[in-house]
Amino acid sequence: MKKRHNRIFAVVRKEYLHIIHDYRTLFIVFLMPVAQLIIFGYALNMEIQRVDMAVIDRARSPKAQKLIEEFGGSSYFNLFYYDGRYADIETLFKTRRAKVIMTIPRDFDRRLLRRSMVPVQFLIDASDANAATLIRNYCNQIITNFNLKTGNRTALPFDLRRTIYFNPNMKSAYFFVPGLIALILIMISALLTSVTIAREKETGTMEQILVSPVRPREIIIGKVLPYILLSFMDGAVILAIAKFVFQVPFTGSLLLLILLSVLYIITALSMGLMISTVAPTQQVAMMMALTATLLPTIMLSGLIFPIASMPEILQYFTYIVPARFYLLIVRGILLKGSGFVQLLAPSAILAFMSFFLLNVAVRKFSLNLEK
Amino acid sequence: MNRQISVYTDQLTRRFGKFVAVDGVSISVYRGEIFGFLGANGAGKTTLIRMLCGLLKPSGGEGSVAGFDIKEKSEQIKKRIGYMSQRFSLYADLTVTENIHFYGAIYGLAKEEIRQREEELVSQVGLDPYMNQMTKDLPLGIKQRLALGCAMLHNPPILFLDEPTSGVDPQARRGFWNLLYETVQTGKTIFVTTHYMDEAEYCHRVSIMDQGKIIEMGSPSQLKESHKKSTIQDVFIALVGGEKTDQKE
Repeated sequence: MKKRHNRIFAVVRKEYLHIIHDYRTLFIVFLMPVAQLIIFGYALNMEIQRVDMAVIDRARSPKAQKLIEEFGGSSYFNLFYYDGRYADIETLFKTRRAKVIMTIPRDFDRRLLRRSMVPVQFLIDASDANAATLIRNYCNQIITNFNLKTGNRTALPFDLRRTIYFNPNMKSAYFFVPGLIALILIMISALLTSVTIAREKETGTMEQILVSPVRPREIIIGKVLPYILLSFMDGAVILAIAKFVFQVPFTGSLLLLILLSVLYIITALSMGLMISTVAPTQQVAMMMALTATLLPTIMLSGLIFPIASMPEILQYFTYIVPARFYLLIVRGILLKGSGFVQLLAPSAILAFMSFFLLNVAVRKFSLNLEK
Repeated sequence: MNRQISVYTDQLTRRFGKFVAVDGVSISVYRGEIFGFLGANGAGKTTLIRMLCGLLKPSGGEGSVAGFDIKEKSEQIKKRIGYMSQRFSLYADLTVTENIHFYGAIYGLAKEEIRQREEELVSQVGLDPYMNQMTKDLPLGIKQRLALGCAMLHNPPILFLDEPTSGVDPQARRGFWNLLYETVQTGKTIFVTTHYMDEAEYCHRVSIMDQGKIIEMGSPSQLKESHKKSTIQDVFIALVGGEKTDQKE
């Protein structure tokens, strides 16, 4: 029994030496998440600011001026007057001078006074459908405000007031940072393990250690342990950036988050092991690891696109993406303060996935070598 | 002649699909012997060694190494053999010392034992100036000797060397063989494959393999005599045909 531990430790130590000798890998391991986090966190912003808006003001009246000021005063829009021919307004979109065009009718004031409906026209460039939806919502909000201010309360049957839970300011960073943790952890873990085993197969050292009394199980455990630690440190870096740069709230228990993150890392490492049993070279292993983690995690985990809005068949596929379940966990703990009981289901699924993948990998690994 | 048998096989066979890589090989290798396996690439030498080391399961026949059955007792065998493959199989991105300590540890040696073996190895191979260098930066001849040293850290009675000198210059090969001679003096058995015919002359006994079968076996002088040739090279060509020897010189 004592010797067994010794052998696992020998493999761990060797793996650790590989890691510290190759500082470039280490550099990538820590720099990549930071770069990704900064890029995603700032670039993947769901809000748009200073949308160019062309104003065609036919009324030229005080009330119309008020409406225009309402728009100009918000940070969402960047206004300019258009006094070209109405027939040419399409060129405003085509030359990208405006994303939205507001036309105020000639009889604006008169109609307002009579408290009848006033048609104000908004033309929105919908070549980017998401942006168009956002712009429409901004316009609606401002118009509603304007109506309230001018006392133009047209018989509203309900008094709608919304309270937004867990992310009251609708900050995109809150939404993306947890997703990024899921993405980076799985990428690094799966990639590193699959490459480290493929490398030993490629260079022939695997054969050399297999003629020794070390058992395949011991090799796998010894190889995976250092990468659990490395991935974990990576996760810590990401969380620190999330907290101190993006000010993402840590509502729930940090300990629970750490424990469940380790579980997710183990799932990812098991995936990497699976891949390494199939991949003959480092190159192939790398390609397979990236394909198996990057796309499914971005597209099918709910990281960006809500799962509920996917076609039904695709929704079934999301159940095999580990990040789908981990996302419930991170978002739950960070934003909602969920406890372990509420996260039991996703945790159980991750545990099952790890158990299954690890078992298949170990069996396949031993089989491959005994053919 | 009542010598101890180190490696024994009886009709040992290995098939890959329909291809028979090793076809009914029967040999006995005695303690203290350097037993050479000659053959062109693809003659089945590596497959045979891999079966004896427990890396491959035989498809038929029997075999034992150090008295242990190769099908049942591979765990026991692994503790008693050293193996050096034709591919250079130390970790290129670890230093010489780190390699030695790793290989010592996976054989379950204690720290002091490893250190002691390391010292012996250093003086034997002349590794002194290289200890803290990355293994990839060593001259090929030194690497080869280091690989042999690592395969012998746990002091195994039997050594399997699969084309250990391929790609090494003649001078370094000579040095390597001197090391092998010193080793068998201590009662170890060496099982070596090669396709350098001059190396065959150094073996106590050689067997010539072709298409998975052993076609000739005996001491180098016996073989030369019975085939009336002056070198093993000529014996080999007479038996296998010159065009089949694939020498990577």
